[in-house]
Amino acid sequence: MTAQEYNFAYLDEQTKRMIRRAILKGLAMPGYQVPFASREMPMPYGWGTGGVQVTAACLVPEDRLKVIDQGADDTTNAVSIRSFFQRTAGVAVTEATADATLIQTRHRIPEAALTEDQILVYQVPIPEPLRFIEPREVETRKMHALEDYGLMHVKLYEDIARHGQIATSYAYPVQVEGRYVMDPSPIPKFDNPKLSDSPAIQLFGAGREQRIYALPPYTKVVSLDFDDHPFVASKAEHDCDLCGSDASYLDEVIVDDSGGRMFVCSDTDHCGGRVALGHRGRLSPARAEDAA
Amino acid sequence: MYVAVKGGERAIANAHAFLAEERRGDPAVAELTTDQIRGQLRLAVNRVMAEGSLYDPDLAALAIKQSRGDLIEAVFLIRAYRTTLPRLGSSRPVETGAMACVRRISATFKDAPGGQVLGPTFDYTHRLLDFKLLAEGGVPDAPQAVASTALTPHITAFLNRDGLIQDEPACDTTPPDLTREPLELPASRALRLQALARGDEGFILGLAYSTQRGYGRTHAFVGELRIGMVAVTMEIPELGFAVDIGEVEITECETVNQFTGSKTEPAQFTRGYGLVFGQSERKAIAMSLVDRALRWKELGEDFTGAPAQDEEFVLSHSDNIQATGFLEHIKLPHYVDFQSEMELVRRLRTGAMQPQEAAV
Repeated sequence: MTAQEYNFAYLDEQTKRMIRRAILKGLAMPGYQVPFASREMPMPYGWGTGGVQVTAACLVPEDRLKVIDQGADDTTNAVSIRSFFQRTAGVAVTEATADATLIQTRHRIPEAALTEDQILVYQVPIPEPLRFIEPREVETRKMHALEDYGLMHVKLYEDIARHGQIATSYAYPVQVEGRYVMDPSPIPKFDNPKLSDSPAIQLFGAGREQRIYALPPYTKVVSLDFDDHPFVASKAEHDCDLCGSDASYLDEVIVDDSGGRMFVCSDTDHCGGRVALGHRGRLSPARAEDAA
Repeated sequence: MYVAVKGGERAIANAHAFLAEERRGDPAVAELTTDQIRGQLRLAVNRVMAEGSLYDPDLAALAIKQSRGDLIEAVFLIRAYRTTLPRLGSSRPVETGAMACVRRISATFKDAPGGQVLGPTFDYTHRLLDFKLLAEGGVPDAPQAVASTALTPHITAFLNRDGLIQDEPACDTTPPDLTREPLELPASRALRLQALARGDEGFILGLAYSTQRGYGRTHAFVGELRIGMVAVTMEIPELGFAVDIGEVEITECETVNQFTGSKTEPAQFTRGYGLVFGQSERKAIAMSLVDRALRWKELGEDFTGAPAQDEEFVLSHSDNIQATGFLEHIKLPHYVDFQSEMELVRRLRTGAMQPQEAAV
């Protein structure tokens, strides 16, 4: 049920071409932020307008789209963006990572390894990794051009001097192919290793800030660190209470008034898939049945 | 046991239904029509057209109705609609000297050719609640004057004859379009004015006010403020000449600013400029003050670090649709990031507690 009054995937073809040019330029210069004439979308800035525009520019009618927010397909904003494309592009949608040809994500990279047939689109709030060190765009563009990343290393060093470790837990800065320092969007640093050498195309869209950047398949992406303080992809020291996974990123859920907690996979498709295969965690309903 | 926030789809649909009901309000009270909004809440309509960058009073009225009177939300609706419209061409520059003025005042001259015309202004009303408006009733007809057909010349042009005010260099280059190209800095004055014209009234007002209080002071007088209809003319390639395609109501403000000269310029008056859709004079005056403050470099003045002088600061934060979106997005789920922050804080706390325990 495509909404006939709008073009396929909402944006007009001219706008899509403009966005595709920015994407191609981004792919040619991995990690470089390409300015693009971001359009006002029918959802607010901050809700993923950059990702939505990149998705709209990439979608073809044969695509199968998956949208996740915080790793889950059923969070309200993921539901809203998915239904937006169902309505304006009429494409098939899926919750299964393996079945999707295009995945739009906010704050997570799926646990399952991606393939060469997939595109991963990230929603980006602040594309500039140097922004909180230098607020001026005129300056940060210069710093990137000159590969002047000294300030970033000083910031990380100061973290270690003050806290004994680098106190950045998400949106952890990376360097792409030894050149551009890039903000991987606010994914937990647990996800950073998945950025590197991925067979999938990774595209980053920042609507309000009017920037697109990209990682072509099999790009080397290194999380910034020091020899004596190597990068660690950390997560909660627990197993998933539903599927028992000890290798997936976990959400902490408060379950009662006395502050009881449980830990569950943030990637709902990954968790559901494991449960379907018979894996069980500490609080699985199935286990309760076993006990009964 | 584990109840995640499931059923997002149904929750969204129900929330929308609830919203529609709230928007309508008490069904026993007659529904507000967009004609009423257009006719009786005209200044709201003007603001939505100005910040929405789309001159269409009917759509603006609809947006105000749909947004339940939340004007920034209404601007957002207009902006989102505007992006779907094809770009047919550009008009010729609007000739504000040929404006049919309903209001035209100058604070710098007691009288001037064209006269002072107060028009429909709140300026000299006493702000006493008019309880008569609680009841419905007719309004006596306002006295009528014969419309003047003479052109109303710009007041700053008189100063210009004596070389007392700085000349603006004429320029025929097509101005950049903020809605079709990414904002790149440093920006030209044309681009700055464009951003200010669609910027948030409250933000521009605050910045302008800050210049009056000493943060980038520009000593502004309202040289002229005029409100009225102007013709929009467009070159039609097939015809080979320009035709009027309609008219729009605009507010134009030119400030005259004291200027004692700088290293590069002799003492003379300088200008700030404001141009806004509709009767929006607070916005137009504020815009011209901020425009003038932003011109420090061109006039060889010092940068005093005032926010209103800082082009990147002003232009990056003036758009209320960008601002409200990014501000309000922090209510979206962030639990993945928050989780990683919790891990970090726990780790840092453990690290901080251990040496203390060891000391005990």
